[in-house]
Amino acid sequence: MSAILAEHPVPVLEMNAISKTFNGLRVLKDVALKVYAGEVHALMGENGAGKSTLMKILSGAYQADAGGEIRIGGHALAAFDPLTAKARGIAVIYQELSLCPNLSVAENIYLGRELRSGWSIDRKAMEAGCVEVLARLGADFKPSTRVSVLSIAERQLVEIARALHANARILVMDEPTTPLSSRETDRLFALIKQLRDQGLAIIYISHRMAEIYELSDRVSVLRDGEYVGMLQRDGLSAEALVKMMVGRDLSGFYKKEHAAYDPGAVVMRVRDMADGQRVKPCSFDLHAGEVLGIAGLVGAGRTELARLIFAADPRTSGTLEVAGKLVEPLRNPTDAIRAGVVYLTEDRKAQGLFLDMSVRDNINVCACVPDAHAGGVLDRGRGARRALEAIRALSIRVASGKVNVGALSGGNQQKVLLARLLEVKPHVLILDEPTRGVDIGSKSEIYRIINDLAKAGVGVVLISSELPEIIGTCDRVLIMREGQLVAEVGGASGHAISQERIIDLATGGEQAPGLTDTALPQGRATDFKNSI
Amino acid sequence: MSLTLENSPRVDAISRRERAKEWMRTLGMLPVLVLLLVGFALMTDSFMTWQNLSIITQQASVNVVLAAGMTFVILTAGIDLSVGAILAASAVVALQASMSPQYGMLGIFAGIGFGLLLGLVNGGLIAFMRLPPFIVTLGALTAMRGLARLLADDKTVFNPDLPFAFIGNDSVLGVPWLVIIAVAVIAMSWFILRRTVMGVQIYSVGGNPEAARLSGIKVWKVLLFVYALSGALAGLGAVMSASRLFAANGLQLGQSYELDAIAAVILGGTSFTGGVGTIGGTLIGALIIAVLTNGLVLLGVSDIWQYIIKGIVIIGAVALDRYRQSGART
Repeated sequence: MSAILAEHPVPVLEMNAISKTFNGLRVLKDVALKVYAGEVHALMGENGAGKSTLMKILSGAYQADAGGEIRIGGHALAAFDPLTAKARGIAVIYQELSLCPNLSVAENIYLGRELRSGWSIDRKAMEAGCVEVLARLGADFKPSTRVSVLSIAERQLVEIARALHANARILVMDEPTTPLSSRETDRLFALIKQLRDQGLAIIYISHRMAEIYELSDRVSVLRDGEYVGMLQRDGLSAEALVKMMVGRDLSGFYKKEHAAYDPGAVVMRVRDMADGQRVKPCSFDLHAGEVLGIAGLVGAGRTELARLIFAADPRTSGTLEVAGKLVEPLRNPTDAIRAGVVYLTEDRKAQGLFLDMSVRDNINVCACVPDAHAGGVLDRGRGARRALEAIRALSIRVASGKVNVGALSGGNQQKVLLARLLEVKPHVLILDEPTRGVDIGSKSEIYRIINDLAKAGVGVVLISSELPEIIGTCDRVLIMREGQLVAEVGGASGHAISQERIIDLATGGEQAPGLTDTALPQGRATDFKNSI
Repeated sequence: MSLTLENSPRVDAISRRERAKEWMRTLGMLPVLVLLLVGFALMTDSFMTWQNLSIITQQASVNVVLAAGMTFVILTAGIDLSVGAILAASAVVALQASMSPQYGMLGIFAGIGFGLLLGLVNGGLIAFMRLPPFIVTLGALTAMRGLARLLADDKTVFNPDLPFAFIGNDSVLGVPWLVIIAVAVIAMSWFILRRTVMGVQIYSVGGNPEAARLSGIKVWKVLLFVYALSGALAGLGAVMSASRLFAANGLQLGQSYELDAIAAVILGGTSFTGGVGTIGGTLIGALIIAVLTNGLVLLGVSDIWQYIIKGIVIIGAVALDRYRQSGART
């Protein structure tokens, strides 16, 4: 670090007194950020801390409030819009990649700066112009390849190539490893380090501590829109970071009050559930009052299995028994819901919520069918009462049930979706990444709800990529690998639920860097909070 | 930002903004309608008379009925291009049935029933075979017009003693039957959309079909319902048209009615992508089209220019609406 500082006394990027107000609400307050060439600068903070807003200001997508200042290479810029940002060498790689899948790699790299010969596009020249940058990144696809045939990791590479090709000096990466497998993550990390050594400034946003440890030279922390502070690599520790991010004590974050493992009757019996491709025959039992975790790497088939149980996708084999009765027929989610099985999707916006509808309608969309008067006429009084009670019971922060659900924060949206499922009084609740994109306050409330449900005798299946969450809330954990349930820990299995053991089983013995604590400094491997 | 939801000013701000947006939506195109009414009233003497207003509402009535059905379809993110053709075919059937000596009144039910049947065909193809609504109803537009000509032997069916002629010509307490029917259809549509489980499910399927499926909603049932309803209402429109004309033919009747119906729905603020819209908006949209047509005729504007002006007004009104809605947001 000191070497870098000595070489580059002027920060390549300097943001001073940046504030941003939306509708009278200040989401950023006097934030300052200094980034030097040749460093990976991590930006951390809870959801809603203001990281994305800050980066959107940097990319020119948002305008900061008056009074702030952005300096690139020491020069203050008066106006800041997306074109200026690009021209000054700032490139942002968002979680949702912004490539045109129907175009070729070269066409995407040259998007907006196409080479022409006369009136037509000069594809040959563009493809030739990409060869070097693709080689530099170690890409093994051709410039003429159509982006739609590339994997997510390869598409990310194209995005990076596009940035480098446009002579980017500052590269912002917003949680780039979320969709990647561990091997792809490894490769990306190697690439990031290589780019850093070549003198790029990289701003790296992530929730995963292990990645921060592995990559970052310095870490800046935001909390509630304010700049909390900065840590150098050698001063990095999980406690310090969590304390800075959360600003409050986290003990008692996970509440497993039903902890004494005392399984009730079997409430759901899954046998030989398979889809012929991604899920090989899976069988397990779920007890009443039990929280059963399903752990595994991304792509292990956890979501696919859940969707088979819920009959959201066609299956090639498998039977489902709920409360001792075979569910027959089991053709679609309607049948599953009727049997008392509900499923919380991992993608609440695309597959869960009706964003243009009110909170009340969203909560009642399932329950309004049995509630209705004769002839399918809505019982509006009951619907309003249900919504009100659910809003209170799940502490959904909303002025009234009539507000559109699209206006709510992620955590509150998630609770609305949960409320909808609970209104059908399920025997079995399958939760798929229930705390993804949810702020820490709502997170702990969702854990409380899970706990209360288990105490009330509901069987809960929890699918999560966050091991601390699995360990903190589950009585028993099934580990899934390559479409199969390969092991069980906790419960009657005799094995304690531990992070190392789960990782071991999920990866098939070899440790996967994306998930492990190997990158953590000694003695912190058991810290449960390392992926908040 | 989620953390800050705890402080109530923001929550209030959201709900206030939501309420303003909601009002904008409900009000929608009403100002445009009022503007047109005032404008035409100032420009011609004969516009603001009871007689003329009665004519306007009668002229609007068939389009109101078709547009009501179209609202249901578009709310599910679909489209029904075949309503004009269904109207023609149903009118032919209704007139043929009306000629039976004793049971001429059955022509009413024959027309509606035939429309319902054709709508079910559309809905079945879309709901069960998962074909795109645009393609299915585009094909149906052609096929059903051919069917109408086939049924009428490619002639005009004419019945001077139409038993249900009262629908097109009589009034109850001064209110024409056509207007009564149109109002009744709007009231029924409002009730279905706002007060029944089916209504909630229509908005759900339009807003997010995958979420609707995962919520246990039978999407096929909803789709079948909206296309069947659109067909049945086209059949009702056929009876209304036939009762004014005492005649029906497959070639001309109902030509491009689907375009006026779609225009009314879009003017009414219903989103083409589904899930957002109101039946009240559709009513206002249909009235705007009727007022515009009537007013331009009274002004003596030529047929050619009427088309051009109508087209521009539709685009302009929707552009204005978009502008206002985005204004309401910030």
